Amino acid sequence: MIELVSVSRCIECNLCVKVCPTHVFDEVEGAAPVIARQSDCQTCFICEAYCPVDALYVAPFADRSVPVSEDDLEESGALGGWRATIGWGPGRTPIAKTDSTPLLESISPRRRG
Amino acid sequence: MSEVGRVNGQRSPSSEPIRADDPIKFDTDVLVLGGGPAGAWAAYGAASRGARVTLVDKGYLGSSGATAPGGNNVLYVEPDQKLRDEAVASRMAQGGYLSEARWIHRILDNVYEQLKLVEQWGYPFPKDEYGNSQRSHLQGPEYMKLMRNVVKKAGVRILDQSPALELLVDSHGVGGARGVSRLEGLPWEIRASAVVIATGGCAFLAGGLGCNVLTGEGLLMAAELGAELSGMEFARHYAPSAGGGTVTRGRTLGWGTFSREDGTVVDRRGDPDALARALLDGPVYAVLDKADTPEKRRILRGAHAIFFLPLDRAGFDPFTQRFPVTLRYEGTVRGVGGIRITGDDCSTTIPGLYAAGDAASRQLVTGASSGGGAFNAAWALSSGGWSGEAAAQYALSLGRKPHERTLQAAGRAGVQSASTGSASIETAAVIKAVQSEVFPLEINYFRSVPVLEQSLRRLNALWPAVNGAPGTSADELLRSREAAAMVQTARWSHTAALARTETRGMHTFAEYPDTDPRQQRRLTTAGVETIRVRPEGLAPASAHPEPHPISWRKAVAA
Repeated sequence: MIELVSVSRCIECNLCVKVCPTHVFDEVEGAAPVIARQSDCQTCFICEAYCPVDALYVAPFADRSVPVSEDDLEESGALGGWRATIGWGPGRTPIAKTDSTPLLESISPRRRG
Repeated sequence: MSEVGRVNGQRSPSSEPIRADDPIKFDTDVLVLGGGPAGAWAAYGAASRGARVTLVDKGYLGSSGATAPGGNNVLYVEPDQKLRDEAVASRMAQGGYLSEARWIHRILDNVYEQLKLVEQWGYPFPKDEYGNSQRSHLQGPEYMKLMRNVVKKAGVRILDQSPALELLVDSHGVGGARGVSRLEGLPWEIRASAVVIATGGCAFLAGGLGCNVLTGEGLLMAAELGAELSGMEFARHYAPSAGGGTVTRGRTLGWGTFSREDGTVVDRRGDPDALARALLDGPVYAVLDKADTPEKRRILRGAHAIFFLPLDRAGFDPFTQRFPVTLRYEGTVRGVGGIRITGDDCSTTIPGLYAAGDAASRQLVTGASSGGGAFNAAWALSSGGWSGEAAAQYALSLGRKPHERTLQAAGRAGVQSASTGSASIETAAVIKAVQSEVFPLEINYFRSVPVLEQSLRRLNALWPAVNGAPGTSADELLRSREAAAMVQTARWSHTAALARTETRGMHTFAEYPDTDPRQQRRLTTAGVETIRVRPEGLAPASAHPEPHPISWRKAVAA
């Protein structure tokens, strides 16, 4: 579930409020958006992809909330990690371009007979 | 964690009573409900035929639905007659011969051409060593971001965070829809000459990747106008996912070994039910030990990155460490059933109403088996385009404009009380009750007649509960409508399942383990209060809200 809106990184563009499919965030005048309906989060990670400043963190657990530390997430590279993986952001190569799906058949375990 | 809840200056219009005195109201030619791939292709198709088009989505066109968050295979077969014939024959057999070869050829032809268009629009397909584009897989975030741009450039008006709740209708057919804007806390009413329902399937808030926006309102809206459904008995698909996670992209698990708590291996060879059976006994784990070289691991990560994201974050090395796996119910999303389409243009039995993507029945191309990712992605793209083009043609040929019609809102359960003074709908309790009838493997995976009959009786008993008074905010209205749609979808699929007394494709019955050649026909399901199931083609399709009752099989209804 969504666990963090980094107030220090957020530029208050409110894009996450618009793109979240399950309407988890609320806009706040003059401040970062808040997680208003955390239990509605469907752990799809798409808000992280759209956040232009890597201010969001979605924990991998769908059914429970876990405490997170912004400092730890920053240090481990988790903040913005998903956006980097899919190659979104200036100067990056989209994962679509390097998609290795066509190679899967060549390494299929079924080929061993 | 950032502060959860209200703070000064917080704007939360979706939780306030909707401001009914100030609705968003306008006319359009074609209204598309849903902003996944089917809706996007429908909007593009309609706009490219010269219609004024509006698309509304519960969330956001580009991020919403089953496709956007992860990778998606798409059916892509070179236009070689032998290859195509083999693909069609294989699918016909797999689908229990309920599909139609002509339809499968149609989508093979169409998706091949349209993916070239996707590339022209800027999707960066990878190239092989000869420079040929490899178009058999789409990365969801990239694909749907591109589709949003395409739809916008085509001049389509987009309303995000604006779920549709009910259709508008008169004696001539559908005439638009009503819903709510979550960001503004306002109701909307859009009058339209044609409507495309592309709201996706119904996955009962089971938490599969991107699927919690897929709760069946499109099916309920169509049925309230008298539209028929088809293939509902095949809503028996469960997808493997890491336990506690959401990612239902199972292909990577093909490189895994599954084991029980005590380490004994779950042998899945030749047994599609092995994982489900093992899960009945206790926890099951997987380790991707068949990806035993750095090269294989690199290829897997580069194909299905989303599979690894939650595992990495939870601190597992999935190649060397066991992680828990579970099965998540997917309802009609990777199932088959949906609104029955009656023509090549994805029309329905209701004039002006079209269905596309997972909201439509995919039986014509998938038969009794799941379309998996590849067929479903190809279906969304193709049915979307066809329905949009046809809806535009219909709308532009209609002499009567939307504002000249006397339209009524057709929504009932979850948006309007059945009687004044009804008690409020206990939405959370209803949703939990529905889930307890469709999720359990003991009820819906290992199907048996008495267990499914008892489950259906409990579901039918829930129906009055969603005909109570809905709430007054956008959030409450949406959730009560979702609850009603989920109750109804479960009733339809259980009723249809009980009418198919055999095992075919995804539908199995302990009492009827064999395929019955006499039941090699599609089943049509119709009705809201009273549900009727009949073999397709045996009775005339009816445009009336209550089709003729059937006598060939006792109606298992309320």
